[in-house]
Amino acid sequence: MNQLTIAAVRSAGAGRRRRGPGQLTRRTGFFSLLAVFVVASLFPFYWIVITSLKTPAEIAQGTTSLLPGHMTLSNYIDDFTQQDFIRPLINSVIVSVSTTVLTVVLASLAGYALSRTRIRGKPLILGFVLVGAFFPLLAMVGPLFIVYRNLGLLNSYPALIIACLIYTLPLAVWLLTNYFSQIPRELEEAAIVDGTTRVQALRKVIMPVALPGVFTVTILSFILVWNDFTFALSFMQTPDRYTAPLAIVTLGQSQYQTFYNLIDAAVVIISLPIALIVIFAQRRIVSGLTAGALK
Amino acid sequence: MTTAREQRAAIPGPLTRARASRGPQRTLLAQDRRLGLWLVAPAVIVLLAITAYPLAYNLWNSFHHVDYLAPPIGGFAGVSNYANLFTDHQFLPAFAHTAGFTVVSVAVETLVGLAIALALNKPFRGRGVVRAAVFIPWAVPTVVSAELWKTMFDPQQGFVNYLLTELHLPLASTTWLDGTWTAWIALLIADAWRNTPFVAIVLLGGLQVIPRDIYEAAKLDGASAWQTFRRLTLPLLKPALIVALIFRTLSSFMIFDVVYIMTGGGPGTSTNVLSYLNYQAFLTDFDFGYGGAISVAMIVMALIIAAVYVRTFRIEQTT
Repeated sequence: MNQLTIAAVRSAGAGRRRRGPGQLTRRTGFFSLLAVFVVASLFPFYWIVITSLKTPAEIAQGTTSLLPGHMTLSNYIDDFTQQDFIRPLINSVIVSVSTTVLTVVLASLAGYALSRTRIRGKPLILGFVLVGAFFPLLAMVGPLFIVYRNLGLLNSYPALIIACLIYTLPLAVWLLTNYFSQIPRELEEAAIVDGTTRVQALRKVIMPVALPGVFTVTILSFILVWNDFTFALSFMQTPDRYTAPLAIVTLGQSQYQTFYNLIDAAVVIISLPIALIVIFAQRRIVSGLTAGALK
Repeated sequence: MTTAREQRAAIPGPLTRARASRGPQRTLLAQDRRLGLWLVAPAVIVLLAITAYPLAYNLWNSFHHVDYLAPPIGGFAGVSNYANLFTDHQFLPAFAHTAGFTVVSVAVETLVGLAIALALNKPFRGRGVVRAAVFIPWAVPTVVSAELWKTMFDPQQGFVNYLLTELHLPLASTTWLDGTWTAWIALLIADAWRNTPFVAIVLLGGLQVIPRDIYEAAKLDGASAWQTFRRLTLPLLKPALIVALIFRTLSSFMIFDVVYIMTGGGPGTSTNVLSYLNYQAFLTDFDFGYGGAISVAMIVMALIIAAVYVRTFRIEQTT
């Protein structure tokens, strides 16, 4: 079938569809369905935002309306001043950034080796890396706890950073191996024939082309480590070392009441950077996830 | 993809030819391999240290007496830790809970995720915005989804009971997290809310590589929408579907954060799951022998799940 017939059939089909009697209902149904998906995704965020803006008096009253009432920022201020939520935020940044940097370095080296050298046992190594992505986190907790205790590493950043590599490294090695493989080998070889060394070729030819892949890996790693709860809970023991997600769970709990206004203000705070990343880098994240999943 | 590359690697490329004058090719190949080994070693060593080593350590512990609250430590314990799995009245219920939750949550997330992916695969104005909106729940921390749904289901601060009250529906005064079934519903919704977008994104990726022409041809042949979906879309979507299913099944099987934060395995032990039981064995009871046995059991179960998927769908080797 040539292009012309396809176009003709398509336009005829489109015309028929537009004139069809059920078309309007079908379109309404389609957009209502979309609306349901969007509302289901976003309404809970709206709810925690308005809860986080409630005064203690309003919290005591319980829910009386779908709309926010007085709206105060005092919960956010309380989180930062009285609840000392700044320290956990800084800890989260330290751990997320360190793990991400380590991941990018280790995975770039491995990805280059697996796609660009004739290393033996490539499928075996890639298979082993993939298995890491499915390893039960809790199975790591016990042994690592003993090792960290013996090394005096409990309650330290390195303990958490090393454990968190399980979130990022398997995905990053797979993604970067794929990205490096897509760069035509001839490009690098031409550079080498032209007299540049292999390291120079890597820096001037491979890295610029692989940069989008490295960017995707950076974003995904940051998100995955920022979201960690299990390892922080297991290895961080004093409040000054808690990461933000762990601190939230202990925040606003008293013997008699749970202060959802304080908790939800903190929830909004740790969601914000992630929401911004998703909005601005959506395409890269999606391509990273689908490439990582489908290849 | 690798086969083509491997073939190319067998033929001496310009790289080897350019340097051939300096020495025999075998040395160059050996050099290349050694370089590869050095570069891949750090990542592999780290991964060995955080997966293979814990696995081996758990295996050793599980056959020994490693209960720090009841020394002495290190005596050979035979299979007593494994025997305890069946006699402690917690493991089997936790296994049943985990298995049931996995089946239901994966089914729900796959069906809803498929619906979202199909809807987002249609071109319409503002698709990028809708996609970002639907996608955000996947990216936020599990702590956010857990605390958020804890708020939503709270009898005083929550939206759920407010809505039920306004609509004069039953259950409006339910304290959701205090009842077994209602707690499961809350957990399921919190888990599905965060993870359905992942399924949707993977399936959407799968849908977008299906060539459009096939649908035109099907339309020409007079296929109905259902026939097109059943006979064309679904088979072509199979690779993406399998990936989504494997990822979701295994991570649902290992659910921990949401249970820890929302119910703590309660009321009583009625929402206890394997990961939570494992956590308690390690860091509440400090019994690393029994905890090791639970870990080994979970790893074996994960392997069985993966093997079943691979066998059922006969995944071709892609590397």
